[in-house]
Order: sequence, then C-alpha cells, then structure tokens
Amino acid sequence: MKPIETDFVRGKWDKEVNVRDFIQRNYHPYDGDDSFLAGPTQNTKDLWAMVLDLQKKEREAGGVLDMDTKVISTINSHGPGYLDKSKETIVGFQTDKPFKRSLQPYGGIRMAEKACSDNGYEVDPEISEFFTIHRKTHNAGCFDAYNQEMRACRSSHIITGLPDAYGRGRIIGDYRRVALYGIDRLLEDKQAQKDSTGRVMTDDVIRLREELSEQMTALKLMKEMAASYGCDISNPATNVKEAIQAVYFGYLCAVKEQNGAAMSLGRTSTFLDIYAERDLANGTFTEEQIQEFVDHFIMKLRCIKFARTPEYNQIFAGDPVWVTESLGGVGIDGRHMVTKMSFRYLNTLYNLGPAPEPNLTVLWSTRLPENFKRFCAKTSIQTSSIQYENDDLMRVVHGDDYGIACCVSSMVIGKEMQFFGARANVAKCLLYALNGGVDEVTKKQVGPKYRPVVGDVLDYDDVMSKFMDMLEWQADVYVNTLNIIHYMHDKYCYERAEMALHDRDVKRYFATGVAGLSIVADSLSAIKYAKVEVVRDEDGIIVDFKTTGDFPKYGNDDDRVDEIAQEIVHKFMTAIRRHHTYRNGIPTTSILTITSNVTYGKATGNTPDGRKKGQPFAPGANPMHGRDTHGAVASLASVSKLPFNDAQDGISNTFTIIPGALGKEDKVFAGDIELDLNK
Amino acid sequence: MQGRIHSLESFGTVDGPGTRFVVFVQGCPMRCAYCHNPDTWEMNAGTLMEPSYIIEQYERNSPFYANGGGLTVTGGEPLMQIDFLIDLFTLAKKKGIHTCIDSSGIAYNPDNAAQREKLDKLMGMTDLVMLDIKHIDPEKHKELTQQPNTNILKFAEYLNEKHVDMWIRHVVVPGITDDDKYLFELGYFIGQFSNLKALDVLPYHTMGEAKYKKLGMKYKLAGVPPMDKTKLLDKKQVILNGIKKRRSETGQ
Repeated sequence: MKPIETDFVRGKWDKEVNVRDFIQRNYHPYDGDDSFLAGPTQNTKDLWAMVLDLQKKEREAGGVLDMDTKVISTINSHGPGYLDKSKETIVGFQTDKPFKRSLQPYGGIRMAEKACSDNGYEVDPEISEFFTIHRKTHNAGCFDAYNQEMRACRSSHIITGLPDAYGRGRIIGDYRRVALYGIDRLLEDKQAQKDSTGRVMTDDVIRLREELSEQMTALKLMKEMAASYGCDISNPATNVKEAIQAVYFGYLCAVKEQNGAAMSLGRTSTFLDIYAERDLANGTFTEEQIQEFVDHFIMKLRCIKFARTPEYNQIFAGDPVWVTESLGGVGIDGRHMVTKMSFRYLNTLYNLGPAPEPNLTVLWSTRLPENFKRFCAKTSIQTSSIQYENDDLMRVVHGDDYGIACCVSSMVIGKEMQFFGARANVAKCLLYALNGGVDEVTKKQVGPKYRPVVGDVLDYDDVMSKFMDMLEWQADVYVNTLNIIHYMHDKYCYERAEMALHDRDVKRYFATGVAGLSIVADSLSAIKYAKVEVVRDEDGIIVDFKTTGDFPKYGNDDDRVDEIAQEIVHKFMTAIRRHHTYRNGIPTTSILTITSNVTYGKATGNTPDGRKKGQPFAPGANPMHGRDTHGAVASLASVSKLPFNDAQDGISNTFTIIPGALGKEDKVFAGDIELDLNK
Repeated sequence: MQGRIHSLESFGTVDGPGTRFVVFVQGCPMRCAYCHNPDTWEMNAGTLMEPSYIIEQYERNSPFYANGGGLTVTGGEPLMQIDFLIDLFTLAKKKGIHTCIDSSGIAYNPDNAAQREKLDKLMGMTDLVMLDIKHIDPEKHKELTQQPNTNILKFAEYLNEKHVDMWIRHVVVPGITDDDKYLFELGYFIGQFSNLKALDVLPYHTMGEAKYKKLGMKYKLAGVPPMDKTKLLDKKQVILNGIKKRRSETGQ
C-alpha cells in the first residue's frame, strides 16, 4: 500500500488496512456532559420537514410511494437523487429519488415480483423472463437443492423465517475504510490479496479469487457512484464532512445491492470523532456544522427503504432495515470509547425527533463515564429510542472494535461476518417429541417416526429423553438447510460491496437461532413440578393439555426452571455443533425473536405451559407475558442466567416499563432539600 | 425472628435512593383513606420469612442495588415488627447494605421503655427513615387515618435526636390534604429538624381503587380526582416555604 500523507498519529494503520489501530492511536475519550451539543440548523429543519412530508405521502399511498420496476439495482445503476441539493451536506439515495424503492431480483425473482404486485406495481416482463430463464436466483438455487424433509419442515414452520427467498443480511462492511484509505488504496490492497491466494486451484481458491474480483469491481463502481454525486473518494477523507460522506457512500453501495434482513452500519461514531476533533481544533468547522453533517447523515439512514412483501413485513412486524450503529463501549486498554460524536449521534433523536432507525445501540459498560450514562438515561426516557447491549460481556470475545448486526449479533468490523440462519421453533419440536414427529397443526408426519408418548400423564424423564432425540433431528435438518441456503446465497447473490470492505480471510459465524425458549422451559417445568395430562384428538394426536397444580415459571429468578432453560440452550447448541457447516462457519445461536414471535405463535399448537394454540411466543429470551411476577430484576436475572457461551449470537430481552416505575420525575421529587430551599 | 411479609419486589425505584430491593411487610394499624395497599393491612396474613432468606434474595442480584441503592422495608407498617427488623438489618449491615425504613411512625410509643431500647438498637443500623406524615392537624389526621398523629410527630423528633437521616413524604389529595394552611404548618414543623434530607411530595393517584374492588372493600375516596402534577409543584413550594420560615427563625 502506498504511504499515506497524514497529520494523525501514525502506527500500523498507515501501512496496512487497520482501522482499529487508527482509532486507538487518535481518539479522545470525552468525559464531559451534553451541554456542548448544537440544535438543528434551518437547513436541517427544512430537509426533515420534506422527509416527514414524504413519509406522510407514503403512508397515504398504502406504505409504498414509488418502486423501480425496470432498472435492476446495482451500485451505479441509478443517477444521483436529492431532497434539496442546495441544502444537503451529506448526499446519496438508493435510487434516483428519495422514497423510491429499488428492484433487487438476485435473491429471488418471485419475491421481487410479489413485492411489486402486492404494492400495485409490475416488474418489467423482460426482467422477469431474464431471471426465470437466463439467470438463476438465490431462491431458485435453494429449491433445486432442498430435499423433501427440508421442504416439509419449512412449510410446517418447525424451522422458520429462513433467508432462502430474501437477502440474508447481517454482514457489516467496514465502511470506515472508505474514509480512512480512499478507494484507490483499498483496490491496491485487494489486488495484493488476490495475488496472495494459493496456486493450486481447489474449489476454495477458485471461489476466493472470483470473490476478490467481484469485490474489486464493487470498489470501482463505488468510486463511479460517488463521482455521480460530484464526490471523489479515491483518496482518504480530509475532514469530517468528507469522512461522513465516504462512510455513507460505502454503506449506500451495500443497500443498493442487498435487500438484507438486517443492513447494519457498524461502529462509526468514535472513528468519525477523530476527524471532528481535528476540524474543531483547526477551526475548519464549528460544532453547529458538525452536528448538521451528523443530522443529515442520520436523516439519510432513516430514508433507507426496501421493496418487501406483506408476508415479510408480517414476520418482521414492519419493514425494518436494522441500520444498527454501535456507540460507546470500553477499549481493551481500559479507556472508555465515548466521544463527543457518541453524544452527537444520540442528539439526532432530539434534532430530528425519535425514530427506530438507525438503531442506535449503546455498548454499555459499568465503566462508561457518568455523564454519558446520564445522557443515555435522559435520552431513553425522553425518546424511547436507544438499544443497550452488554459490552462487558462481548468485549471478552470480540475485543473493542466489534459492532452489532441487526439487534444482537456481534462481530468484529471488517474481520468477522455471519451467515444469518433464522430460527428453529423449539416449542414445536417439543410437541413433535410428544407426537412422534407428527405435526400438531397439519397432522402430517414431518419429523422422524419416533415413538410418541403413551399414557395420559406426562413424565418428565420420558418427555425430556424424547425431546432430546427430536432436538437432535431438528438441529440436523436445520443446519443442513442452512448449508444449502448459504451456498446458494454466495453463488447467486454475493455481497460484493460489503465483502470488499472486509479482510481477505474473514471469520464466518454460522448463526442459528431458537424461538420459543420460555415456552419450552415453562412446559417442562409444568411437567416436572405439576401434573400435566394430555388430551388426544380422534387420531390419537396430543392436541391439548390439562395442568393441575402450580409450577415454577421462567422469569422469576427461580433456579428450578431457569436451569431447565439453560439446559435447553446448551443441548440445542451441542446438537448444532455436531454438524458440518458451510465454509467451516463457527456455529453460534441466538435467542432473539424480537418481532417474529407473533408469527411463530400462530403456527404452533397448544403447549403444556398453558399457552393456547396460535398465541404469540414471548419475544427473544423473554419470560412469557405476565408470568414474571417478582419484579423486573428477578425477570432480568432469569434471562441473565442463560449461557452466553452457548448463545454467542446474542440473547435479547424486550423490556417495557412505564416511566413512573423507573423513578420519580425530576421536577416532582426534591431529592436534596437544601437545593430547593436556596431557590 | 421471622417476619410477616406481604411480598418482595426486586426492582424498587420509588422507595428510597437508587434501585432498591423492597420488602413489603404485612400488617398496619392505620386505615388511610387513600392507601393503595389495603391488602397489607391485615395483621395475621402474609408469609413468614427468615431474615436470612430475604438477604439471600437481595444478594442474588446485589449488583443492581450496589450503585447508590439498597434495601427498603415498607408495608404495611414495618415498625410493628421491630424484632424482625433488628435481625434483618443486623444481617444487612454485615454485608454493607444501605438500609431504609418507610414508616408512618404510628407504632412509636415514647412511654414504652422496652420498645425504646429496641428502637435505639434498630436506628443504629438504619441509614434512612422515610416518614410519611399524612396530615399535620390532629383532628384531620384522625379523620383521614382513624389514628391520632401525636406519636407520629414525636417519632420525627426522636429520629432527629438520634441523627437518623429522614425524608418526609406527604401525599397531596385534592380537597383533603391540599390546604395551603396545613401544608405550610407541616413545613414549619419539619423545618426544625436538622436530619431532614429530602421532601417527597406525592401526587394522589387512583390506581389503588381497583384493589379495593377486588378485595370487596369500600373505597372511601371514590370520585376524588388524581392530583394534577403541575399544581403539585406549587403545593411542594408551600411546604418548602414553611421549612424556610422555621429555619430563618431558628437561624439555621
């Protein structure tokens, strides 16, 4: 790599691609409070009013304002788009105008067609023909390879939400590299990577060489796309405005080509703060200007849109993009990583108003500075728009330059990626165990014909042993289905823009997921501690349960049932680990269904814990609704006992509390009477 | 000694400083018209619990309470179970836990030497007492709670003598405890105490009403609206003015 001219502190980063090294040598931890923050400029207010107007029009139009039906979206498929060119300091839309959704058929042409037709549009017939006859899609590839059992599991929803017809997402490019190095150096680096591959052309080497070429093409297109907006990103950014713009262009390329289930941003704020601090010191920009750049950047992220079907929106309860940005955290040298830019990002919730996107995620540590903690708490109370994750837990595994994809999946930026794997419905698996593989809803033999439960009262040891066998089967069919999916996704819908901003050799997590954990824990607890009688239908299939007596319920810090939950997670993960995974991915699992728990509930019959057929599951690792009766800390304690080592892709807990229960209103409560008396 | 416990709450944020583990004891002689925990009145109900069990429950999640929080005993009327409190706080203090009692003061009897001895011991282990003065006027107090307030006010004096930090709590009920005259008097009364650390003025809410219905009890304040929070700030100021007056008189 050719040397970089710079007045930043040099280190490894100016000789190799190493963003973390740049950050660690140059960032300034900020211990102060929020009083430095600037409000929105008039331009920001004007632009945001335009966005609000477009949002209103979009709602009035039934959810979609405009769709592209002719132009297949690629990095430079569309000319530049603007809200108001004269007022935007950070530019770039996915298509040639805001709120126009792009056409992305590589994941699956039928999904693309349906997304259009359900919203009253029609894909150009030539494109449909092309992707049906001449160019195979990811979706077609998957169905070419699926076996009967996989199809049956898919349609009975025992494995569910699989990314076989939509983009898997969950890959975060290191968009900061565009700003720090410029495209030319990154291309040079990629060329060197390509030259360094093995000489024996095994499948792996061939694939790597092809992928590196794809990545280099993406980098070249990025430059062209930026040029269409009048920006040159060949070289390193020279100030904070250019840096933000370059980071955004990198991200924009990703969302132009991938309609992924989660398209996260990474961990950009502290990186960008380095430029901001230098510009403030040099008098290049004022605080107001810097906040304006950030506001405009965040505004753009709030305008990311994808063409999706009503079914997709049902699974995910809306059409989330999961533009997750990770803020704060603590470095492995002990310095916290909160900077003024961390404050500025959160300040957009005031300047633009609260919003679910981008998903601003604070990497929480007990060692974050007190002023930042206070600002987070205040902003949470006033905007309800911050997600929190445990940095003290994840830093041990990932160090201090990881980010969150989607809601909880952690990965080192630019060095790790994941193959997103949706979920196995373990509540349904428990019912399969009772019924010898027969689906309780469709009455079809979906799982293996193991011996069903006999007798009228469920015996814990008997059920547990049958459940473990069925769990092994479920893990087997699940992992193998995912192997097909990721093979085909790489082949037909490769994420070249995101992977161009990764190292050559990335660590791949093979993510799986569990849905229905609290139902299974409570069901097994009921079987163990109360009396559960089964109710069979005319075909002898267990369809309901009669439970007498009380039993410990997950969510009350009661080890009797919490240990059951821990055991299930461990057993599930053990079963997953037994299998071959595509590209030697490292198997992980998550317990995180934040929204799709409703859909899974619909597809699952009565369960022994007393949940009725069709009733929603609890989200993620949450206790079932209303069963945690010992207060919030006890509820959190049950969740916190779940083993992170067995659920490294994340454990989520959706926590809702009325503000009044979080403490007194600061105006009403006179905590320190002396202050009041001096008024 | 075991305590008679109504319930345990692992995440208390309104019963003392920080996040607190809250013990609701069973049994109270007061019959406050606006009480939102009438299910804690009955003396012989509840669950018997060992102090060690309660501390164990606290310790399970102690990181939540470590940062400026602690243990609060409320109820019910905690001081009806002094022996239990002594055992509980002895254990708590061994663990360095911040202790707080939320009391109406009704159980205090200045003429009872045996009780006094026990109280002295308990207060030696109590970091904070939140004393809820329902009404400063003796007659009105009796009307509202069916008990006199003589000993309650004496309890405040006792706490001051003992140098135990004290928060005064007062619920403002529209038409019942919102008369500026009495609020000022309340302020004037508590203004004499140097152990007074905070004033917690609580707006009356109607969330308790449903409980009465469920328990088949008559709700005496049916039809009384919840306290307007903006007006509450004015009411608080009246109490503060009373405190100021007293302090200026005594040169504090």
